[in-house]
Amino acid sequence: MNSLTHAKKGTGDTLKWVLLIAGCWLMLLMMNMIPPKDSVFYLSNFNLNTAGKYMAYAILALGIDLLWGYTGILSLGQGIFFGLGAYCMGMHLMLSIGGEGAYQSDLPDFMVWNQVTELPFFWKPFSSFGFSMLAVMLVPALFALIFGFLTFRSRIKGVYFSIITQALALTVWLLFNQNSMNLGGTNGLTDFKKILNFPLSEVATQRALFVMTGICLVLAFVLCRWITRSRLGKVLIAIRDNEGRIRFSGYSASRYKLFVFVISAALAGLAGALYVPQVGIITPGQIGVLPSIEMIVWVAVGGRGTLIGAVLGAVGVNWARSFLTSNYPDLWLYFLGVLFIGVVLYFPKGMWEISGKIKSLVMHRGKKTPLTKERFT
Amino acid sequence: MNLQQKTRLSRAEALLSLCLIFSSVFFGPCLSWAQSETPESITESILRLADEDRDVVETTVFALGESGDPAVLPILEALRERSLYLWFNQEEVRTVVIGRELINRGDVSGYLVQEPYGGAAMKNEKGAPLFLPEDQLESIRLSRRLRIKISPMLDRLRLFSPDAATRESAATKVGLSGDPEALPMLSKALNQEKNRWVRFSLTEAIGLIRLTDEDPAVRKQAAETLGNIHAMDSIPTLEARILTTDDSDPEETDIAVKDAIQEAIQKISAWQVWTRTVETIFSGISLSSILLLVALGLAITFGLMGVINMAHGELMMLGAYTTYIMQEFFVAYLPENVRNFYFVFSIPLAFGVAALFGLLLEKSIIRKLYGRPLETLLATWGISLILQQGVRQVFGAANVDVASPDWLTGGIRLAVGIQLPYNRLFIILLSVVSVVSVYLLVLRSPIGLKIRAVTQNREMSACMGIITERVDAWTFALGAGLAGMAGAALTLIGNVGPDLGQNYIVDSFLVVVTGGVGKLAGTVGAAFGIGGLNKLFEPGFGAIYAKVAILLLVILFLQKRPSGLFPAKGRHIDV
Repeated sequence: MNSLTHAKKGTGDTLKWVLLIAGCWLMLLMMNMIPPKDSVFYLSNFNLNTAGKYMAYAILALGIDLLWGYTGILSLGQGIFFGLGAYCMGMHLMLSIGGEGAYQSDLPDFMVWNQVTELPFFWKPFSSFGFSMLAVMLVPALFALIFGFLTFRSRIKGVYFSIITQALALTVWLLFNQNSMNLGGTNGLTDFKKILNFPLSEVATQRALFVMTGICLVLAFVLCRWITRSRLGKVLIAIRDNEGRIRFSGYSASRYKLFVFVISAALAGLAGALYVPQVGIITPGQIGVLPSIEMIVWVAVGGRGTLIGAVLGAVGVNWARSFLTSNYPDLWLYFLGVLFIGVVLYFPKGMWEISGKIKSLVMHRGKKTPLTKERFT
Repeated sequence: MNLQQKTRLSRAEALLSLCLIFSSVFFGPCLSWAQSETPESITESILRLADEDRDVVETTVFALGESGDPAVLPILEALRERSLYLWFNQEEVRTVVIGRELINRGDVSGYLVQEPYGGAAMKNEKGAPLFLPEDQLESIRLSRRLRIKISPMLDRLRLFSPDAATRESAATKVGLSGDPEALPMLSKALNQEKNRWVRFSLTEAIGLIRLTDEDPAVRKQAAETLGNIHAMDSIPTLEARILTTDDSDPEETDIAVKDAIQEAIQKISAWQVWTRTVETIFSGISLSSILLLVALGLAITFGLMGVINMAHGELMMLGAYTTYIMQEFFVAYLPENVRNFYFVFSIPLAFGVAALFGLLLEKSIIRKLYGRPLETLLATWGISLILQQGVRQVFGAANVDVASPDWLTGGIRLAVGIQLPYNRLFIILLSVVSVVSVYLLVLRSPIGLKIRAVTQNREMSACMGIITERVDAWTFALGAGLAGMAGAALTLIGNVGPDLGQNYIVDSFLVVVTGGVGKLAGTVGAAFGIGGLNKLFEPGFGAIYAKVAILLLVILFLQKRPSGLFPAKGRHIDV
């Protein structure tokens, strides 16, 4: 198996990718800090911010790749976990506004607007930074644990799992839209002022967030790399390729699946938490059915089963999205649609396959290597 | 008004109403009263409206109002709107006409006039609509006091309108006015009324008015009547009669009447519980039938072919837009009397359009993805995005307006407060017909035999001479066509817009998964389970939380039965 040979390669390979990610990240930071503003190499604060957003998405994509690319579980509800992390962070940021909101109340503005007089009980612990940082990963993980336990135990898998998670995404989206949930309804959480008393509007704060995102991305990458290269990772790949055989060999497939589902949920939550302070808003629109399935296409385009592919896919597709939606707003959905169809039909392994093809063309000119057909079910 | 005037007035009134009753008995029954000749007496009294003497005018207005002849409605309406005119033509004959809208013809402004009696358009010698210049007309104006009195008269006259719906709403209005003077008219209308629902409204109106009668026995009887006929709209009035507030005692003082009112309210409330139950059951069945109609196509593509068609919703959207185009086509190119039948044609056409599109999809994309359901999910999602955006660019992002045909508006009234809308009944019928046809096609026909053979063992079927590619293509087209038909049917009850499909797709997949893949009975059962429970939860939980509860129930249900209601039997490890 291709992926198995991947796994055999040594630590040097990991180091190579880590250096690549860290290098890009440092370079972007330098481009923002060093060159004068009129230089071609200068990266504006806005663009640095956008790059930070993409990197947060890349963390989420790593989780999806672990889940889909390696274990063969297609979850169409990753937006939920992203949203849970983002809302946990958003609640903390809302509470740290304090009395500086439009209504000068200790309560978030939208609660004043909705005539809520007392802070709902589940908001209270989020005034602590430490608790919130734990919650951004633990809340999605816990949610994934409960949901995953129920679904994997009854051996709901394949497309059934995808459909159930999509229904879940729809339901969570509907719930978050409710004003009675006290989560800001359709407008979501926004108008954040500061994080740990550093104003979010300051460039230095945004740079610090960018640095944090980069560190988290590298750590997440190393973690995923470690998981996929360990014995555990081999079991995951085996589950993807033939779950029945793994079960008959005495492994509890559902436990492995649950583990990887929880990890991917925690990564999604972390991504959400890093996303919110950089983007400044989180609404139900960013976590519903469509965003959740868009996340899948990042990994599909980048190349599932290759961690670096997931990172590149998340950054690449989102860059294309920003470019198209600002320049040709009508074209974005066509582009996304064609991307879905094209990747599935012609490049099941994503961009990675294209580069691999080019490589093999250069290495052994003219020799055609037969494509191995893999089934991800 | 002094006594003498009053007697004179009433005498004239009596005389006139006698004439009018006679005429209405004579002309009333024929439905084409609008075209009938104006009776002499009416012509005279109409002319009298222009009399200088205010008393004569007033007497005439009242006489017309009490006539019970709906053909005088246009006169009174015109009087109220100040659009009744006296016309002096060349021969100095005075004629009264109605002129509603001032129009310009060349330099002359004037009116296309109507007969006062019956309101038919007047014709000139050539048979064209009669146009009268403004300067030949003299407006007939009433005092403000008299004009205000016309409104209740209009409602009372409408009690005798040939249109049952008008009669009914008029009865309700008169009843709510609580004007005891209307009682004789109501009784008269009730005596000659044959329509059950108008009779109900009339009885209710009489009851409501009699609640304020001076005689306690009459009041008591009125309360009892209202209770017996389950007059739901009278509850506020009944309650107001016995309501005790801080600063006033209840209006009703008689104890026996009070008890009767209490009892009536209880009776009506009990009836309301019953109608609400019927309503919930019906809306549950209705929602289930919608889910079933939507999920049926999916059950074929998913259940028989293993293709997760995320573009199913968009195929529905295509069906709905086909209906829209048909409607526009009928309105633009066909005469008015066949317009209403656009819907009859649009259902098969929607099926055809969606099926054709499905065929193209299968040949170009789906074909390459058999056996890889997750991939079909992603690819068809891509198709759905492209279709949505395409429709958004062609028809605009806003919803388009599809009017239900006339023969599907309204509904069957089973009892007081229970109405079953025709459009919902139509969808229930359509889903039943569709399920039965799919059942016959898949399980009882030679084509179905081939479809099932290919589903069960592709290689073996190919060996037996079945062209499996063709069977695949036609099966997928069938599923797509059913989606298009569902889309056409949904135009009856919902908005038609680019995201029509998105609203149904998740629910319908849930139905298919819960039902068990490849089982028609499972799909039917799951549709009724999910639809019924949804409507059962909705009153208590609200629509959103009901949905959450349903999803939780489905997840818990799948714990017990991971392969749905009716799992496929066999020893596969990967079912």
